[in-house]
Amino acid sequence: MITMLEKPKKIALPRTRPDLTPAAETPEPVVETRDLHLFYGACEALLGISMKFYRNQVTALIGPSGCGKSTLLRCLNRMNDLIDDVRVTGSILLDGREVNDPSLDVIELRRRVGMVFQRAVPFPKSIYENVAYGLRIAGVGNRRTLDEAVEKSLRRAALWDEVKDRLNESALGFSGGQHQRLCIARAIAVDPEVILMDEPCSALDPRSTTRIEDLIVELRRRYTIIIVTHNMQQAARVSDYTGFLYEGALIEFGPTKELFTAPKKKETEDYITGRFG
Amino acid sequence: MTNDEKQSVSHQAGAPPTPAPLPLAGEGKTERGSPRAFWRRGEPQVWVTSAALTIMLFLIILLLWVVLWNGLGVFWPARVAEVTLKDGKKLLGERIRGQINPDTDVKSIQFKTGNRDLDPHQQDFHWVEDGEIRSIEFPPEVYVLERTENGNFYGFLRRLEGPDLEPSETPVAEDKVRFALKTVRRKSAEEIAPISEELRDLGRRLQNARRRIRRLEHRGDDERLAELRTGADDITRKSDELVGWQRRLLNELRRNVVVTSDAGGREKAIALLDVVRFYKPNEMGFWAKCRYYLLRLGELFWENPRESNTEGGLFPAIFGTVMLIFLMAAACFPLGVLAGVYLGEYAKDGPLVRAVRIAVNNLAGIPSIVYGIFGLGFFVYGIGGLIDAWFFPESAAAGEPVFGTGGILWASITLGILTVPVVIVSTEEALRAIPRGVREGSLALGATKFQTLVRVLVPMASPGMMTGFILAMARAAGEVAPLMITGVVKLAPQLPLDGEFPFFHLDRKFMHLGFHIYDVGFQSPNVEASKPMVYVTTLLLLSIVLAMSSAAIVLRNRMRKRFLARTI
Repeated sequence: MITMLEKPKKIALPRTRPDLTPAAETPEPVVETRDLHLFYGACEALLGISMKFYRNQVTALIGPSGCGKSTLLRCLNRMNDLIDDVRVTGSILLDGREVNDPSLDVIELRRRVGMVFQRAVPFPKSIYENVAYGLRIAGVGNRRTLDEAVEKSLRRAALWDEVKDRLNESALGFSGGQHQRLCIARAIAVDPEVILMDEPCSALDPRSTTRIEDLIVELRRRYTIIIVTHNMQQAARVSDYTGFLYEGALIEFGPTKELFTAPKKKETEDYITGRFG
Repeated sequence: MTNDEKQSVSHQAGAPPTPAPLPLAGEGKTERGSPRAFWRRGEPQVWVTSAALTIMLFLIILLLWVVLWNGLGVFWPARVAEVTLKDGKKLLGERIRGQINPDTDVKSIQFKTGNRDLDPHQQDFHWVEDGEIRSIEFPPEVYVLERTENGNFYGFLRRLEGPDLEPSETPVAEDKVRFALKTVRRKSAEEIAPISEELRDLGRRLQNARRRIRRLEHRGDDERLAELRTGADDITRKSDELVGWQRRLLNELRRNVVVTSDAGGREKAIALLDVVRFYKPNEMGFWAKCRYYLLRLGELFWENPRESNTEGGLFPAIFGTVMLIFLMAAACFPLGVLAGVYLGEYAKDGPLVRAVRIAVNNLAGIPSIVYGIFGLGFFVYGIGGLIDAWFFPESAAAGEPVFGTGGILWASITLGILTVPVVIVSTEEALRAIPRGVREGSLALGATKFQTLVRVLVPMASPGMMTGFILAMARAAGEVAPLMITGVVKLAPQLPLDGEFPFFHLDRKFMHLGFHIYDVGFQSPNVEASKPMVYVTTLLLLSIVLAMSSAAIVLRNRMRKRFLARTI
């Protein structure tokens, strides 16, 4: 299985995926939001979002800047808790459990819902310690368990071959693309169910972007992925479902192929054809 | 020449005439020399800013130059001149400086003539007017004798006298005097040093006995008191006997003298025991002078001061300064870092926090003497008095407070609160400078706030914290005012750290280089004689601060390399 994940160095990169259409049977939703509202102080940023994110599928959130897609993403693992003055109403269900429940263990939630950020900033530690970080803070001290987890995560993030000889070197001395893959490895190491990606490629050059996109397609086998992107081509390339957000509201949600080829709403069509945004 | 200018020059000199660039708005109208172009190139701004830097650098370099010039030359042996005056009088001395009297317009020269005990006014510096001088020579056989009392003696060696010495010819040879000096010193080490040792021991026992007596008196336990009192009396009697014995021996040893004569031929017997060292400066070569210089430097570092601090070494003051800085760091660094972490990470930003932040920043503006007064009132009398009342009530009652008086502990804590704002501010700034992604990345992996702080943020902020620490240390090392009322002394009999249980004596008073500068420079009866020591002490204090800061900076750079990302 591991050999399957390793890619040959040079390969004609598929620009479209052959299996974009979702499987025939209705997939099971992992995360579901129901009438989700979010307020920054008096300003309402999300206006009642209800949508489903399906297991082992890639869901892309697209929309112009400031439409609330990142905010929505950050609701799913309650990263918005860190910002003062944020109020959330409505419900988010993760495997049927209420995420917004104040008694919920946020630490546990964030282990199950990992996140990758726009700017990949590794910790000022070695590569090994960066990947092992999540496990270490969870109390895993066994060297063998850590070694295995680090190797597995780096392989899945397609970084193992590049760094296997310098695991103990500082993670700071790498390129941006490697940083982002390291951050993905770091998120995978704690074995989450869902991975949230907040514009993971916007700071990267095209070549690194392609590698990350390939990686997302690979990771879809094991994880449910929700990706926020500015780049509509990217959404079309990597996602199974797409949601289009505009000014805090979910305008349209559906299988990517349908949304991009036959949008039902006028706003969606305008946006994807580049008439605004 | 600025960059712009260089470019334009090379452009003018450039060979092929390129098609003229499109004139930008207004450019066509301004000529190269016009005031407008002058301002636009930004040259005046460069001049003003560089002038400011130059003025500042000039002042600092001037200060350093004064200190280095005067401080480094102190131990270099100067030639001793024999000045013959027109009235036939002679004097021996080192030329210190010349000066023109502004009133009479007469040039005078100041000589350090030493021989304080022979001078009718106890002076060892003399001004001589240029016109009075008939001739100045540098006789090779002049000796300088450094003595434990009365300063240097300038003169000629005549003969040796004394019960333990063989009588010598006149004038005596130098190596014979050296041998005699060795003999006397050996004798002193054999006979007097053991007595001093025993006296110290008795003194310690007496002190303990007195402390116990006081304790029993305090409790009113009369039975054992009588017993202890007789014990203490025994010790006192014994030590009195020893002191008498020691004095007799010393007087006996003091009878071994070297007879010298001064410039006028007057003879003076100097006890060999009082001679620290002697040398012939006019005959010394370069290497001999170097050797002497190193010798004096060693004395400076490792010996105790003498002659009311104007001669001898600075060891207790160096020790006190360094220990004070370390204790200060131990007091202020943890406190400052924790407070900075709270302000930077936990406190919710609001008017109160902002007020606290401004207050912390402005704490640096409080005069340091105010901190000293606070330290005296709160730490010395308040906490120290409380400790004494609980643990040493008998000492306090007897008017000998232990912690209720100034000491190195209170002085360092006072300095600690004086410097803690710097550490707080730099810790907070360092934490705030960490990119948000690092914090979020850690939290998104399920780390708690505290785990994030300890495992990621504090290591990343540590170089910034070190910067604060360096600033705090430099400031603390230079403070004198608060120390003067919280425990620094002119001469401390014992170090605050020694081989005697419990080794750290934080209640003891201590010496400090900064205070030493003030004390020697402004409180000394002999201003001229103390001047070199002021420069040397200043130089030493500067070097200690420099050495400690450099060590901290090296450490910080290492941390920086390890923990700080070069962001992409």
